[in-house]
Amino acid sequence: MKSMSAWERVMLARNPQRPKAKDLLPHIFEDFIELCGDRHFGDDAALYGGLATFEGTPVTVLAQSKGRNLQENLECHFGMVSPEGYRKAQRLAKQAEKFHRPIITFVDTAGAFPGKEAEERGQAEAIATSLKLFATLKTPIIAIVLSEGGSGGALALSVADRIYMFENAIYSILSPEGFASILWKDESRAKEAAELMECTSFDLLNKGIIDGIIEESEGGLHQHQKTAILLLKEILRKELGILSKKKVKQLLDERYKKFRVMGNV
Amino acid sequence: MNQLFKKRKEQISIVQQFFNRVVKTEVKVVEASQLVICDGCKQAIAPESIKANQGVCIHCGYHMRIGAYDRLSLLLDEGTFREIDKKRTSFHVNDFPGYKKKLYQYQQAANVNEAVVCGSGQISGVKVAIAVMDSYFMMGSMGSVVGDKITKTIEMATQKKFPLLIVSSSGGARMQEGILSLMQMAKTSAALARLDEAGGLYISILTHPTTGGVSASYAMLGDIILAEPKATIGFAGRRVIEKTINEKLPDHFQTSEFLKEKGFVDQVVTRHQLKDTCSKLLQLHQGVNL
Ligand SMILES: [Zn+2]
Repeated sequence: MKSMSAWERVMLARNPQRPKAKDLLPHIFEDFIELCGDRHFGDDAALYGGLATFEGTPVTVLAQSKGRNLQENLECHFGMVSPEGYRKAQRLAKQAEKFHRPIITFVDTAGAFPGKEAEERGQAEAIATSLKLFATLKTPIIAIVLSEGGSGGALALSVADRIYMFENAIYSILSPEGFASILWKDESRAKEAAELMECTSFDLLNKGIIDGIIEESEGGLHQHQKTAILLLKEILRKELGILSKKKVKQLLDERYKKFRVMGNV
Repeated sequence: MNQLFKKRKEQISIVQQFFNRVVKTEVKVVEASQLVICDGCKQAIAPESIKANQGVCIHCGYHMRIGAYDRLSLLLDEGTFREIDKKRTSFHVNDFPGYKKKLYQYQQAANVNEAVVCGSGQISGVKVAIAVMDSYFMMGSMGSVVGDKITKTIEMATQKKFPLLIVSSSGGARMQEGILSLMQMAKTSAALARLDEAGGLYISILTHPTTGGVSASYAMLGDIILAEPKATIGFAGRRVIEKTINEKLPDHFQTSEFLKEKGFVDQVVTRHQLKDTCSKLLQLHQGVNL
């Protein structure tokens, strides 16, 4: 499937049939318990979070959630997280650190929610604080880019020790539409933008941004998800094994270096 | 090119450079009279009076954008600035169509090699690490070199136990560098987390404009956050929000004053008071870092 164009992958990543985090979680974790609220203002459905066990090990799961039907789509702002969502993630992340639980995040968003209230309640501060917090959190973090990883809204959940992408996921500075609109003042050139943006899993692996790709079968994740789930579980098993053996100082030094060298040209 | 650059620098004093910049890029020149039109009140003003007033409109107090070196000369004690990475450029970063040409054009137009000037200096005798963004260079956008220079400045503050000042002025991450630009948000924030753990002071100064990826990383992470009056500060662009919610936003939305009202800025400080305010804050933290 390596011969596909970036735009074809964008289409696959956005296919309405493509499984969402809520579809996949029951196949990966046991006993998921949802935890809600940022303890300041509200609860953001775009950020689905809670506790679960992965093959017997307690973990904290933070998943961006686009919703699986129109009702859910609207509740979740199509996966565009508001400050309350990022602050809920921060709260659960600190809890994970306190109780020595690894954190597993699922990234699936076109970007942070560009709303009036989101700005009023500090979207910029919420993302910035997440970036800073996750950089020094004393527990292993693994990020999985499920479909779309767009802008700072995605980055806020992917400051991690390991970052994996599903094969047909995209991860970029902005959505191809936003990119085309900024660069050429023309949203309709999104397809052209996607090819230029180097946003596919293979591009990101080449650039050293991600650690690996979770292969999808022919036709994409929505056609056949079983094998991909098995691959993901294998990765989690392996990486949790490696990361949980590291001393905190080593874990944090390596995480710092991972991002420190990005773009050092 | 460097020779030319040097020669030009020798010819004109910092004040004159500032004067040139204001005329050239910020405000429209009115015919031959050389008067400039203020973006705040639309009145025509003699450039000399803007220059003498630190780039602030003498009629309405509108704070015009100023370049990084002009900002440094307003903030730092004279002759104390030691620049790092002055010559670093981004020409080698990638081959994105048109990027190199753009970089070259901005180097010609602005008096800087990249969108941030970094180093150390003194404010009323207190040594500081300082990074000042220059929005005249590609809207102050943050690419790999900008992110790396800022990270180095933060690390210098941590290692040398200097208080840190960052003056932000940026439209956000630099599109032409794609995902690597995005990662600079994580890199700078991680460096700030380490400064924080080491007990270092960070004063973040927000000037017009501070938006996108810069607002959502180091700009919003100061122990103390100051903003110049009426600067545009926010994450998402005004038009994007208006399109999303299908309503028009009030005029003061995403201004410094609005952010203070919402609890995200400690103080709105005029350019004339900025050095004095920083100086007092630094005095109050003297010895804390040691
Ligand atoms: Zn005016």
